[in-house]
Amino acid sequence: MLKTFKTGGVHPPENKLSSKAGIASLPLPKTVVIPLSQHLGVPSKAIVCKGDIVKTGQLIAQSEGFVSANIHSPVSGVVTKIDKTPDTGGYKKDAIFIDVQGDEWIETIDRSTELNKTINLTQGEIVKKIAEFGIVGLGGATFPAHVKASVPKGKTAEYLIINGVECEPYLTSDHALMLEKAEEICVGIEIMKKAIGVSKAIIGIENNKPDAIDTMKRASTGYQGTSVQALKVKYPQGGEKQLIKAILNREVPSGGLPIDIGAVVFNVGSIFAVYEAIQKNKPLFERVVTVTGKEIAKPSNFKVRIGTPISYLIDLAGGMPENTGKIIYGGPMMGKAAINTEIPVVKGCSGILLVSSGESCRKAIEPCMRCSKCVSACPMGLEPYLLAVLGEKSMFDRLEAEKVMDCIECGSCSYTCPSGRPLLDYIRYGKTNVGKIIRARK
Amino acid sequence: MSMIIVYTIATLSGIGVVSAIVLYFVAQKFKVYEDPRIDEVENSLPAANCGGCGYAGCRNFAEACVKSETFDGLYCPVGGNDVMSKAATILGRNAVEKEPQVAVLLCNGHCDASPKTNIYNGATTCAIESALYGGDTGCTFGCLGHGDCVTACTFNAIHIDTDTGLPVVIDDKCTACGACVKACPKGILELRKRAKANRKIYVACKNEEKGAIAKKSCAVACIGCGKCFKVCPYEAITMGNNLAYIDADKCRLCRKCVSECPTQSIIEVGFPPRKIKEEAPGAVTGENAPADSSNSVSN
Repeated sequence: MLKTFKTGGVHPPENKLSSKAGIASLPLPKTVVIPLSQHLGVPSKAIVCKGDIVKTGQLIAQSEGFVSANIHSPVSGVVTKIDKTPDTGGYKKDAIFIDVQGDEWIETIDRSTELNKTINLTQGEIVKKIAEFGIVGLGGATFPAHVKASVPKGKTAEYLIINGVECEPYLTSDHALMLEKAEEICVGIEIMKKAIGVSKAIIGIENNKPDAIDTMKRASTGYQGTSVQALKVKYPQGGEKQLIKAILNREVPSGGLPIDIGAVVFNVGSIFAVYEAIQKNKPLFERVVTVTGKEIAKPSNFKVRIGTPISYLIDLAGGMPENTGKIIYGGPMMGKAAINTEIPVVKGCSGILLVSSGESCRKAIEPCMRCSKCVSACPMGLEPYLLAVLGEKSMFDRLEAEKVMDCIECGSCSYTCPSGRPLLDYIRYGKTNVGKIIRARK
Repeated sequence: MSMIIVYTIATLSGIGVVSAIVLYFVAQKFKVYEDPRIDEVENSLPAANCGGCGYAGCRNFAEACVKSETFDGLYCPVGGNDVMSKAATILGRNAVEKEPQVAVLLCNGHCDASPKTNIYNGATTCAIESALYGGDTGCTFGCLGHGDCVTACTFNAIHIDTDTGLPVVIDDKCTACGACVKACPKGILELRKRAKANRKIYVACKNEEKGAIAKKSCAVACIGCGKCFKVCPYEAITMGNNLAYIDADKCRLCRKCVSECPTQSIIEVGFPPRKIKEEAPGAVTGENAPADSSNSVSN
């Protein structure tokens, strides 16, 4: 029986152009730029200086606080400078610039490809190692994995849910990973089960990926307590709250976390990174990135070192099409438009989407006609039209009362709006400010 | 028949009289004493309810004036010294005097100087655009030109110049209430001392990037070269964050810095044309490369 979540949701065209492309490895770029803020929380602190020689996998920036993550060098070479680099929005953030020289990995990393099933570490050691190796949620939110893996006192986890939904149109990086690394993911699941102390794990996959469902089912047969759940296609099923609702039929309370209802959700990409960290001693310094678009010559999935400029990936996928109107960093629903192509790939970057100039143009903004399509589309049961107006008018106290902080910024409201209103832009603005007010109150 | 009318009127009048008596005593019992001076002060205020004083409206400001012993931190920027001295007379205190101020835009990144590197076609307010990204030119510090300041101004003192895409403050209408300063997400509007005949000299740039980068994104950016700092005879100029800043209190409007600035980022307003025309200042040397416009990316 196919499951899905009940409230809201939309069905954007899937356009999974690169689903059969496999994962291609890349030659290394000449230089990499590694932003110090690649995760949710406090930016890390650089521990290398200009002129330092680093090896692949070496720690180059240390986590500053509990919700933060270590960053490791994705290449070997020389640190040329520690300077500011623009993020997708053009605001300058600190970053480490490295000139690539050869590819010398630190000795501790096991570069063999054979599957290692025996888990030697204890629960505490696993969580410690996840933190040490800089693993964050690779689905996009980049929440540090060790924070999620440490179940707070007084709460117990019952289920580990693995997010292989990939509900964003165009993106296929998780899909490709599940097809090629199913065995490793299953071992990764065993490791995570041990880390958070649960016996049951469910892998959620939408049924537009029947090959991934089959592969994962086959791979997981030998593991007790691990099962695969096929899901109906619906955006945003990859949101953790929606996924829990779909699989377990439990609802995360407003303002709460999945652990409140006994669930912990990890993306398949993060699980694979956990496998590599624990079994192969490999820190998180590369990930799978989909480079796609209707006009692009070769939509592909690349295994990319963090810090690679996106222009390099676009060139390898067949070059930038003439009529590109927008470069989206991430998927079409939640991604951000990039200001140029020199922006580096960071831990949370699951795809690069090139949209043609015809499609990228927004509709003219017209007044709200109270059709309430956004209300039926909102997967969190909020009233986007109201939140948008309140955001536009900067009425932050009312926004808080209307539960703006529960918004998962999935963009379903903007997608359905027949008046072309940028509802999410207004809401995000309100949410940012309400968030600031709430933090100031504490 | 006529008696019915008489009874009705009598009954209703009776109810009216009784209620009036009750209400009179209730009103006496629960009377809230309000200082009559609040009304007086309120009447002397401009009644713009702009919020420039920091209070929700003129009434709240009047209450605060009466309640506080001194005028500490209380000033009506719209009414200025005249209104404050009236209020002081009503309350029998010494008036506070402040130098009149005016809002000034510290950005001169007009369309020609700061070419667009990508296109933005989202929600047209500065607050939302700046929350999403840095701006559609290479400069992330400059004016976005959607006119949040224009919306915020209750005195019609600001409009967007369609040629430059930048807001223009009409000095005569500006009351220095500070609404635009609060509304601007980039923090490029500033309240500065209002000099004689509305003369002004200021550095019209907030770009904190290093000189070369700032110059690349905007031809009239302050590159932090410090030439103005050296030439200023009154020590009115301070350097910091790759920027020069002219302190309006110390500046004596000598205009030496204006001719010294290699990027024309120091602006003089309200002066008569110079009499002896020396050699043209400027003729910008060094790299005059246009901003990198290879990325025609829209947002």
